[in-house]
Amino acid sequence: MMKGFRISPSMAVVAVLIILTLLGAWRYDGFLGTYNVQTVLRYNSMFALVALGMCFVIMTGGIDLSVGSVAAFSSVVAAHLSGYGLFPGLIGGLAAGLFAGTLNALIITRLKIAPFIATLATMLAASGTALLLANNQSVSVSYDTYFTNLGQGDLLSFMRPEWVDAEDAGFFAGVIGFILSFPTPAFIALAAYIAGAIVINHTAFGRHVLAVGGGTEASRLMGLPVDRTIFLVYVISGGMAGMAGVILASQFGAGQPIEGVGWELFAIASVVVGGTLLTGGNGSIGGTLAGALLLGIIFTILNFENGMGWISLSAYWQSVVRGVFLFVVVVLQAKLANPAKAAA
Amino acid sequence: MSAVSVTKKEPRNFNRAAFFQRYGVGLALILLIIFNLIFTPNFATAQTLAVNLTQVCTIVIVGVGMTLVIATGGIDLSVGSLMAIAGAFSPMFFTGQLIPVDNLYFGIALGIAFPVLIAGMFGLFNGWLVTKFSIQPIIATLVLFIAGRGIAQVSTNGDLQVFKVPEFQAIAIGRVLGVPFQVWIMLAIVIVAAFILHRTVFGRQVLAVGGNEAAARLSGIPVSRVKFLVYFISGLCSGVAGLIVIAMNSAADANLIGLGMELDAIAAVVVGGTLLSGGRATIIGTLLGALVIQLVRYTLLANGVPDPAALVVKAGLIVLAVWLQRQEQA
Amino acid sequence: MQKISKSFGGVPALIEASLEVMPAEIMALVGQNGAGKSTMIKILNGAYVRDEGSISFNGTPWTAASPQQAQRAGISTIFQEINLIGYRSVAENIFLGREPKRGFGLLDWAKMNAESAALLKRFDVKVDVREPLERFSTAIQQMVAIARAVSFDARLVIMDEPTSSLDEAEVAVLLRTIRQLKAEGVAVIFVSHKLDELYEVCDRVTIMRDGRTVQVSAMKDISKLHLVAAMLGRDLAEVKKRGATAFEESSGANIGGELLQARNIAVGHRVHDASLDIRKGEIVGLAGLLGSGRTETARAIFAADAKTSGDITFNGQPAAFKGPADAIKAGMGYCSEDRKAQGIVPGMSVAENLTLALMPALTRSGMLDEAKQREVVDRFIKEIGIKCAGPDQKIRELSGGNQQKVLLARWLCMNPKLLILDEPTRGIDVGAKAEIQMLIRRLASNGLGVLMISSELEEIVEGADRVFVLREGKTVAEFDHQNMTESKVMHAMAHGHDT
Repeated sequence: MMKGFRISPSMAVVAVLIILTLLGAWRYDGFLGTYNVQTVLRYNSMFALVALGMCFVIMTGGIDLSVGSVAAFSSVVAAHLSGYGLFPGLIGGLAAGLFAGTLNALIITRLKIAPFIATLATMLAASGTALLLANNQSVSVSYDTYFTNLGQGDLLSFMRPEWVDAEDAGFFAGVIGFILSFPTPAFIALAAYIAGAIVINHTAFGRHVLAVGGGTEASRLMGLPVDRTIFLVYVISGGMAGMAGVILASQFGAGQPIEGVGWELFAIASVVVGGTLLTGGNGSIGGTLAGALLLGIIFTILNFENGMGWISLSAYWQSVVRGVFLFVVVVLQAKLANPAKAAA
Repeated sequence: MSAVSVTKKEPRNFNRAAFFQRYGVGLALILLIIFNLIFTPNFATAQTLAVNLTQVCTIVIVGVGMTLVIATGGIDLSVGSLMAIAGAFSPMFFTGQLIPVDNLYFGIALGIAFPVLIAGMFGLFNGWLVTKFSIQPIIATLVLFIAGRGIAQVSTNGDLQVFKVPEFQAIAIGRVLGVPFQVWIMLAIVIVAAFILHRTVFGRQVLAVGGNEAAARLSGIPVSRVKFLVYFISGLCSGVAGLIVIAMNSAADANLIGLGMELDAIAAVVVGGTLLSGGRATIIGTLLGALVIQLVRYTLLANGVPDPAALVVKAGLIVLAVWLQRQEQA
Repeated sequence: MQKISKSFGGVPALIEASLEVMPAEIMALVGQNGAGKSTMIKILNGAYVRDEGSISFNGTPWTAASPQQAQRAGISTIFQEINLIGYRSVAENIFLGREPKRGFGLLDWAKMNAESAALLKRFDVKVDVREPLERFSTAIQQMVAIARAVSFDARLVIMDEPTSSLDEAEVAVLLRTIRQLKAEGVAVIFVSHKLDELYEVCDRVTIMRDGRTVQVSAMKDISKLHLVAAMLGRDLAEVKKRGATAFEESSGANIGGELLQARNIAVGHRVHDASLDIRKGEIVGLAGLLGSGRTETARAIFAADAKTSGDITFNGQPAAFKGPADAIKAGMGYCSEDRKAQGIVPGMSVAENLTLALMPALTRSGMLDEAKQREVVDRFIKEIGIKCAGPDQKIRELSGGNQQKVLLARWLCMNPKLLILDEPTRGIDVGAKAEIQMLIRRLASNGLGVLMISSELEEIVEGADRVFVLREGKTVAEFDHQNMTESKVMHAMAHGHDT
């Protein structure tokens, strides 16, 4: 067997992300500039949230196809409620997501229907309900409340000291300024990821999530609350999709009943690229974040590269590159997994 | 106990779940038709029939390939993207954009044959991932779900390719005996596939692989080759469906062709009564399943229920169908 | 445990069986497949509920509603296939379900790791407890399972064939651990088919057969031969008796030239050195206790699993089959031991199951020749007396015996030269069993070579023309029909050398 240092798949993807970022910073002007960073983080934080929920589900060996349309559904709910203020919108959207997640959880644990089918059904139902609630069009959010700050604001901009932007500010000030310029949704996603990492790595529930994915029957025999664990991961996934929906509505100023198509598969790809096994039982929250950012950053790099004028690759190449990434990762995973199984 | 064993003719247990499983789709279809005949105005017209059949054509064609894949215990998420690939490539052939072709009909022949084959090749790629690396089908086909549409978009630069070639568009909108030609294509594919599944060695092998892979291997069935072939066929079916879509629209839009098709096709297969775990499949069921889903939607629409509500009903139908499957197996 | 009875769907699995273990005692529990060992264990640890009888534990009446409850009360079970989570760390596997916490619901990793390491050290296991369990050998994994049991303050540890996938060195470590448990006052119920281990570590043995406890004895008071005899239900004093099976006496006249020769076969760590040969028209028995590598040897011959080393000659040709398809083409057939998992395709009809392997021959340009299929199916249904409503009945609706006949027919319709039958009559009612046994003899007298694996001694001794005995993956004896007696075969199964 291999001895010594092991490179875990999630470490590898973090490394690739860092290398690509450094490469971008070196090659393109403004790659790490405030505007670009804000744009990338603002947009991708929705995907990151959805991927986080998906990561929990996949760690138990399940799958949640409904996340995209649940996000759309809760964006509509949040938009409707945004007139009552930031919190009604936020809580309403979140509740919509949690409701859909609970529906998934019930169909899976009570009716014993495979997650693939259960969440496929919820996907259709959420999409239909979103369209009904929205009357087939986007629902404008209210600009009279602070609701739009959730998606469009920059959480820490109010505490930005002037010296940060001074002409002769040093490297340190630059870093502070960089962090302070993060958009609000990025902080929400970051908080969710930190909470997620703590839950997975430092709570009994988190360990049970991984144990159930690693061996459902063995977990049952060890006395773990298998059904409750499975139930909760779908609720969490629904909640994350709900939060993504709230940000969607806030960021684009409208509840979008037809958004979210293909989000679920993008989220799955992020999770898998991040080193989490699709069969469950092993994975990494940090890797998932890296996976989501990696897939997101490809688009930005393509944009910048085109701006350089050397080559002209259309934005559509990003899907191809993402697919290739996924391909490489799953083939590597399969190659790593199969000989081990044969030897065991 | 007497030495003579008396075979008591027991009344065959009426298994309700099994009954609904087997005849449920057909029954639902008949009920829907009766309901509509009574309540929906202008239902019994050729127009209504044509509208409904046209709506399900591509779903059924893709669903046929999907049925075969699911029969082996797999799944194919890449169908929509493969439709986009075929749809994007086809106009390049018959408009002479790629290689100048003098004869229009030759161009059209190329524009049909090549894209379908290309889609089939991508299907083989799926099969390769599934058999060679033992990657779960859902993730193996996710690769092309993502990359496939990208390939289609890149090759057309994401532009809409508008064309007006009635000779080509005949494959969708031409009529034979008053029925759109695409419906004939669909019926032909359904009949051929049903024949393959139930009458050929290959069909038997497909069901054996899905029914018990270990037993199939021990009986000398070439499991890998069978899996390769079903993904290939699924690719071909997607290719055909992609061509029909562009022929109908008289334009190819790589961004939209086949979007969400994988879910529609899976829904039709499941509602039709094919076992998602493999081993039991029905092509006719898939046709009926697609028709039921479409007719429910049509019925709701025709009676003033908004279209999105049909999605919710469809979700219920899927859960119900799978739940019935579970009851029967239990 | 006193007078425990349990039935499944009217079929009794246990009939007034009993089992008694003293504190700090290592009790061996032995018996053939279906003797009731597993049922007994599962009743004790709460997986099943007993129909009748009483259990007392530590002097008080005992009933466990679930394995978890039994574990909390001090009875832990370690299963053959280790029921731990490979991806999770060693420490986690010990503490899953009752992780130490620090407040705010957060885990105390430091405490968990330290306690795990300390626990394992008691058994002389020094590993990095933060590493995933799957990186360690099966023996270490077993040890972790034991440590988990001990951490629950187990007073009784049940081990269900813990050594079946361990190599010799690993077994030694495990046995040492078991002695350590005993030294700490823990009682152990040890299920194993490897007699040497039992003698090495156990104090007493409980022998079960057909759902009853047939003998309890101190280990040192019972010879291996007696133990095997009690397991198989043979009275050593009993004179050679004939007629327990439906095999007719073979004249041996139809036995022809060599059909298959397998030399020094090794597969994984179950089979080390198995050799056997089969002649045309001969029934060759392959005997051995459970876990002796019979099935693995058979699968290697059929190329269902790749062999690590060894040579096989079939029909005069060196056989280099890449998979079952090649073996079938060359004229072999294999009925697996596990009818349900590897034999029948449950959703398919009798006809479809019967012709599964024959399909290439039923093909007319890709299409199934339905008429020919019907003809073949009808012929075999009649010829071997498959009782079914018709060729289109689903095979899962048939009785076990009839399913087995369909599987036999699956190969017979291929006109094979060699048929490998792994436990051909297991789980089949008496009538069907006799029919299948007569059929096997009839086939052999028509020139078919048969390799028959069976745990039933009378089937081997009365049915086979020759028998090879496997013990712990090695061929240890060969008897021809004249020299074959149950006691000799048992002796070889128990001791390994023929006398």
